[in-house]
Amino acid sequence: MFKVDQIRKDFPILSRQVNGKPLVYFDNAATSQTPQQVIDVIVDYYSNYNANIHRGVHALSQEATDVYEQARHKIQAHFNAKHAHEIIFTSGTTHGINLVANGFSSILKKGDEIIVSALEHHSNIVPWQMLCKRTGATLKVIPMNQAGELEMDVFNELLNQNTKLVFVNHISNALGTINSIEYIIEKAHSVGAAVLVDGAQSCPHIKPDVQDLDVDFYVASAHKMCGPTGVGMLYGKEEWLNKLPPYQGGGEMIAEVTFEKTTYAALPHKFEAGTPNICGGIAFGAAIDYMNAIGFDTIATYEHELLEYATEKLSSIDGLKIYGTSKHKTSVISFNLEGIHPYDVGTILDKLGIAVRTGHHCAQPIMDYFKIPGTVRASFAFYNTKVEIDALVEGVIKAKMMLS
Amino acid sequence: MTIEAIQNEIIDEFSMFEDWEERYQYMIDLGKDLPLIDDQYKTDDNIIKGCQSKVWVHAEMNDNKVAFTADSDAIITKGIIAILIRVFSNQHPKDIIEANTDFIDKIGLKEHLSPTRANGLVSMIKQLKMYAIAYQTQLN
Repeated sequence: MFKVDQIRKDFPILSRQVNGKPLVYFDNAATSQTPQQVIDVIVDYYSNYNANIHRGVHALSQEATDVYEQARHKIQAHFNAKHAHEIIFTSGTTHGINLVANGFSSILKKGDEIIVSALEHHSNIVPWQMLCKRTGATLKVIPMNQAGELEMDVFNELLNQNTKLVFVNHISNALGTINSIEYIIEKAHSVGAAVLVDGAQSCPHIKPDVQDLDVDFYVASAHKMCGPTGVGMLYGKEEWLNKLPPYQGGGEMIAEVTFEKTTYAALPHKFEAGTPNICGGIAFGAAIDYMNAIGFDTIATYEHELLEYATEKLSSIDGLKIYGTSKHKTSVISFNLEGIHPYDVGTILDKLGIAVRTGHHCAQPIMDYFKIPGTVRASFAFYNTKVEIDALVEGVIKAKMMLS
Repeated sequence: MTIEAIQNEIIDEFSMFEDWEERYQYMIDLGKDLPLIDDQYKTDDNIIKGCQSKVWVHAEMNDNKVAFTADSDAIITKGIIAILIRVFSNQHPKDIIEANTDFIDKIGLKEHLSPTRANGLVSMIKQLKMYAIAYQTQLN
């Protein structure tokens, strides 16, 4: 039985006050909060076995290496990757995307095509633009409809023998739409294109099975799933990771160095140059343990309940418009009050202790599509409550009163 | 009136407000009353970077004093601009350059000075001072 009151006790930050009001944290799509269980792991690392990994013969180094590699195995198990060395520790989703984009710069040639979706985060567009510039490949975009869903007919038309790579987020950060990546992967593979899925927004809500999806690359960030900032993972199929050249040079990623030639280390170290975020990786593993202990089915069911409740309550406010109305979406509500700038609404909500995101959510093309400067985005996590949603609704009504 | 005298006047006004709501309502009302910038100056060149809401500022010099007009698409930002214009407009460039901005803290708007604040109050002040510096060079 899921008891949210019990869960909330795991998160010390949820009991603090902001501007004299109890904190209502609805900016989970930007970063999630950290449970005590993960904080304890971080403290334990620095208190008891902080050491550089993979190179020391001493006990601390071996201990740190073991726990770090255990974390890799936890991540492997969570995403159901075939091999642990298919999990590359990164500094986060953006790093993973850049790593793949850089790798493809030696594979792509003029005339090749890359397809991205109109629902992308900036970080998922810029590297591909740079890649196209470097290689002479062309960037194609899958458009979206009014509900914020990708137009699959157009995707099918864009797809052809020249398509080498398809990039799509599993879930849109700005609108919460869940994209049909199963379909996209199957279609892309039918023309021999690889698929990279940005899982930054999906991993806090669902448990992707990379083998079942048959996805080529999948990236995620720890800090969106109860872990620390500055660490994430890239899953890549072994054959793809072997094909891609290393991203950064440095320690850890080499097997042998002479002045004539460097032999690269085997996976995963080939892509892990330098001292990694050791504590972060370990805490990432702990965060995955924490979320799995609650259970992703339980999380999804409860968050869906929050989403439905909030959608109904917010929709009853006169002049409030919700952007992203797909039936398949996660617990994200992007909205505006008619004639009122999202920034103003966010400012008033902040004074009431309610944390939401305002602006274009690093997804300017989506805002351009709706012809708006941005939205107010409330994103819910499993530790949020209906009482907090009531506070948000009251806050929005108050903001509307003050601002109109 | 000197910049300092205007700032003190604003501090006095704000001291009458009992809570954040009254302060913000006042700023919102100021925003609504702000005389708009002439449309010809609402250009991309006049947009202040670093603001989540759009802010346009235009400056011109009359009788050795800098006059500012401005606009924003967000009303609270407009209220903040209204306060800044009241303080800095129609002042000698040298006085604008030398003016300190502690009054913002004193009227309870310190949170808008944080670098995470996307309304870019800091950028706005910087921009007003940049104009003053430019006009001061003309006078020298």
